[in-house]
Amino acid sequence: MSERYTITETSVGSFLQAMTASGRRVLGPKLVAGRIEIADINTFADVVQNGQSVVSAKGVVFPKVERLLKYRFEGKNIALEDVEPQAQPTVLFGLRPCEARAFHALDVVFNWDSKDKFFNTRMANTTVVGLSCTQADESCFCTSLGSRPDDTQGSDILLSPLKAGGFVAEVLTDKGKALVALAKDTFQPLADDAALVPPATVAPAFDAKALQQELAAMFDSPLWAEQSLRCLGCGACAFVCPTCVCFDIQDEADTKQGQRLRAWDSCGMRIFTLHASGHNPRDKQSQRWRQRVYHKFAYYPERLGTLGCVGCGKCSRACPVDMNLKQHLAQVAEAASQG
Amino acid sequence: MEANIYKPYLMRIAAITDEAPSVRTFRLEFADAREGEAFTFTTGQFGLYSAFGEGESTFCIASSPTRKGYIECTFRETGRVTSSLADKDVGDIIGFRGPYGNVFPLEKWKGKNLVFVAGGIALPPLRSVIWNCLDLRDWFKDITVVYGARGVNDLVYKNELEDWGKRSDMKLVVTVDPGGEKPGWTGKVGFVPHIVEQIAPPATNSIAIVCGPPIMIKLTLPVLAKLGFGKNEIYTTLENRMKCGLGKCGRCNTGKSYVCKDGPVYTLAQLEHLPAEY
Amino acid sequence: MEALQNKAKELLAASAVKVVIGYGKGTGESRRPIFVRAAERAGDLVVDTACTQNLATYLTKAEVRALGRIAIVAIPSTLRSILQLAAEKQLREENVLALAIVDGGVRELATFDAIEEAVATIPDAIGEADQKMIDKLTAMSVGERRAFWADELGRCVKCYACRSSCPMCYCERCTMDCNRPQWIPVASHAIGNLEYHMVRAMHLAGRCVECGTCGAACPVGIPVHLLTFFAEQTVRRQFGQKGGASAKLDYAMSTFKPDDKETFIR
Repeated sequence: MSERYTITETSVGSFLQAMTASGRRVLGPKLVAGRIEIADINTFADVVQNGQSVVSAKGVVFPKVERLLKYRFEGKNIALEDVEPQAQPTVLFGLRPCEARAFHALDVVFNWDSKDKFFNTRMANTTVVGLSCTQADESCFCTSLGSRPDDTQGSDILLSPLKAGGFVAEVLTDKGKALVALAKDTFQPLADDAALVPPATVAPAFDAKALQQELAAMFDSPLWAEQSLRCLGCGACAFVCPTCVCFDIQDEADTKQGQRLRAWDSCGMRIFTLHASGHNPRDKQSQRWRQRVYHKFAYYPERLGTLGCVGCGKCSRACPVDMNLKQHLAQVAEAASQG
Repeated sequence: MEANIYKPYLMRIAAITDEAPSVRTFRLEFADAREGEAFTFTTGQFGLYSAFGEGESTFCIASSPTRKGYIECTFRETGRVTSSLADKDVGDIIGFRGPYGNVFPLEKWKGKNLVFVAGGIALPPLRSVIWNCLDLRDWFKDITVVYGARGVNDLVYKNELEDWGKRSDMKLVVTVDPGGEKPGWTGKVGFVPHIVEQIAPPATNSIAIVCGPPIMIKLTLPVLAKLGFGKNEIYTTLENRMKCGLGKCGRCNTGKSYVCKDGPVYTLAQLEHLPAEY
Repeated sequence: MEALQNKAKELLAASAVKVVIGYGKGTGESRRPIFVRAAERAGDLVVDTACTQNLATYLTKAEVRALGRIAIVAIPSTLRSILQLAAEKQLREENVLALAIVDGGVRELATFDAIEEAVATIPDAIGEADQKMIDKLTAMSVGERRAFWADELGRCVKCYACRSSCPMCYCERCTMDCNRPQWIPVASHAIGNLEYHMVRAMHLAGRCVECGTCGAACPVGIPVHLLTFFAEQTVRRQFGQKGGASAKLDYAMSTFKPDDKETFIR
């Protein structure tokens, strides 16, 4: 299916213009006040070519607040108003391949038997143009999960930098083709001797497939209490994460009308599992930490056929107390091998 | 418009029964009769009931699927949503999303004896099954129900208990905890696990369905094991904190199981593979 | 650094404490909180200018308290937090040993009195950059300030890293978690964000030790510490009371004095 072209940096600029002219909103990793954010991309110079945004791009398909329903109180009656997700066609441009892969993990949850129209509408209107990484940092661990810094999974088009300048553009899906068609003349045929800049070196710290098996026997390990001693039980890791999807549903109303909202939530927070009776099945932080690891690395693969993590490392960078997931998992793998 | 899976049915409260202190039953009719006609469910399933403006709460569907035209739920006033529901009158509108979850496998129980053991506010989920089984009476052999509560006032479905007590096609044993009896009480006095031990329902060709507060379940399971009930012959229904009911929000995830999708009905054999995080 | 490591080793070997809370090497050049329980791991402890996080937040964490008597590596703000926690009856003197980092070494402060004495000698000022920001914000018009915070708080995702990292936010049932009534909307929209941060600043006025850990904890770089600093400075100016000065409670927001300049309450 994939077609390969080259595109120069200047041509990328024309490509961006063509996308914007077509009514699409173009977002990508951009430096804003010293932080990398997913923000409006106007020129190619805006795009941060290596380095991770603090918060993932998942907000484009799964916003931090989403209205699910509206209603009005009319005497004894309720008038329900359905909500249609407003999804402007969007291009995520220059996204890290790990982030591109993450949408699949969201998709399997939002379409597990019942279909979530809010996610689906937004996802259908989003095209992903990934950009391979030629640099990584010590929090990255995509290679431990069977992926790589130039992984094509999840991208509609994947750009990889060429040594001589410009990029190889691999067009992988119909959505990608539709985007290319907007600016056909900016894409040139790929020369045989086009040399790629080598992708970033990311030494694997553990093996996710092996980990999934090992976790089965480690539920009662004292390691979870040890690792989570410094964990503060906030939601920073879950909220910056491109695959975390746990959410809350909240009603906000006055005497005349109200709305039902969906909001990001985190299994790390104590009240996540708190029953109205006061009983809390996961009352200790060690149980909540364990849940995070097991949900992403054991339950997801078993039930949904995919890992609940892409190894981007955003959680580790965002954590106020440096809960470095790669390090923790390497430690788990080591403890498992010692039996 | 694509279906909004979070949009509830509008239900009118047709009748309210005060079962016990802070416990009431709603009989609900679909505000849109066509939706009511199209609606089906299987015993064991639950729903999310809305108090618009406050939120949603999870209760089993306490009526039997064999009774058409309405569904019922029984709840205890505990928090924000249930308090708001408890304030509502006949004629008021609430929401209902469902049916969700897995079911009690009545087909598998054909030809067997059924022993229901319930405590306190945990009778509602079993009440759906009991009525369903009574409505399909010739599918099963002996039906025994052991139900207990802290005190006489705490027993729910008091009228139905009277009816069940009079039926010749089932055996009903009602008990209250020691100290919970009142003058004139003709039922048993004793904790549910002790009463089950006393009655000693035979395990051969039998299924046990247990639901109650954790301590009751904890003490009843060994009694049933001693009587010879195997782990695949003991069923229970779980509760867990829920929001979406659809396996998406993550809240009810326990071990690799989602109580809203893989449950709420579990056999003891399945339960033993779950971490005790529910 | 060696002085601290030796001290920690000594305390653990003698079982005088069951855990030493301090700083260790984190990812890259960062520092992370560590919990040293075995004497032979005392060498993991690090002391340098990168150790700025206020570790006192762990003194009220159940899992940490369950370990037994605690020694805690204490930078000035941690000492102040210990006093404020003591004033609010959250700490028992015998359960906490402060290891104050002083020039060339480490000082054991085993009583709240000793900590009070030590704190009295430490100058009060917040960082220059932060004071400049507060002055800049104070000089703004209400409209300008509103625009500034709307812009900053637009990034807030209600992760509560700020609340969780703050030593004074130890309430088991935070106002935010209360749903009867739902004082503050849960969701991370404009009102949900603004009201949360305002309430937190108010709940810290007179209790904040100005460590800045909340702002440092924010993953999206919102300077939330400026809000609590401002509330704290206001209380100091208006009532002459400040957080973390003493182990005896002196909390302006819950104290009425007959000579209060406000007459509406009489």
